Amino acid sequence: MNYIRSFVLFWWNFVVGDDWRVAAGLAVALGVTWVTHAWWLLPLAVALLLVESVLRESRSSG
Amino acid sequence: MSSNVLLFVTTFFASAVEAVEALTIVLAVGVVRGWRSTLTGVGAAAVVLAAIVAALGPALRLIPIDTLRFVVGALLLAFGLQWLRKAILRASGYKPLHDEGAAFARERDAADSESRVAAGRFDWYSFTVAFKGVLLEGLEVTFIVVTFGSTQGRLGLAAAAGAAAVVLVIAVGIAVRGPLERVPENSLKFVVGVLLTSFGIFWGGEGAGVDWPGSDFAVLGIVGFLALVSLALTRRLRRRRLALAPAGARG
Repeated sequence: MNYIRSFVLFWWNFVVGDDWRVAAGLAVALGVTWVTHAWWLLPLAVALLLVESVLRESRSSG
Repeated sequence: MSSNVLLFVTTFFASAVEAVEALTIVLAVGVVRGWRSTLTGVGAAAVVLAAIVAALGPALRLIPIDTLRFVVGALLLAFGLQWLRKAILRASGYKPLHDEGAAFARERDAADSESRVAAGRFDWYSFTVAFKGVLLEGLEVTFIVVTFGSTQGRLGLAAAAGAAAVVLVIAVGIAVRGPLERVPENSLKFVVGVLLTSFGIFWGGEGAGVDWPGSDFAVLGIVGFLALVSLALTRRLRRRRLALAPAGARG
């Protein structure tokens, strides 16, 4: 049971990390790109997610 | 040609970062508790890793390339963006710098506080800590090498880059025989974060059916764009932190 927990925890940290909103945003961006095939969408979405996440973290840590 | 160089450089630096972390743990435990059990743990982890590589490589080749690119791209994107995010926060002073010296001291103190074993007896603590550290970091190197190599059809090149990085870090570790304070880990993570995220965008997009303008060269444009955004963000945050800091705390 401990091994399963460690395994799940490893992948959670690997994929989601400490900001689940970024992981959720990436999932949405990849899904929309899959449907639209728009090349500019993913780089723009990643940049916006990065800026939003970093600014939010910096505000909360003062 | 340029995509091969980028593949080599990205795999090399990403693997080097993981190897530095594993080496810090091994050095800390080995210095304090002795080398025999520690190096046995390293060897056992290497055997398990080799078995995983043997099992994972052929299995990945059976998956359709676009599906593989999409899954790998998504994973790299999530992983790389975490690195980049933390590197920006550290570079702008909102998070403490990741200090390999402090990590070394923590591991050394933890190892020292465990009960000592009689001379000549096998030390399971050293074995387990070294095994766990090398296996976890080694799995990440394996993941990077196998996925980068498989998606580009250059598994040999990616494996060479990963092996070169591991050999170089081990050589540096043996030469300095102490905490790896001289390796500017945050700068390395910043660069690797940009590269991993860029490859994640490129492969994730290709897997999702995107036709990149400029074909393979698009990845260079993505690297440049992300680097600019990250540097601008770091600069802005640094300025804001300095503006908010009390006058006496500046500089």
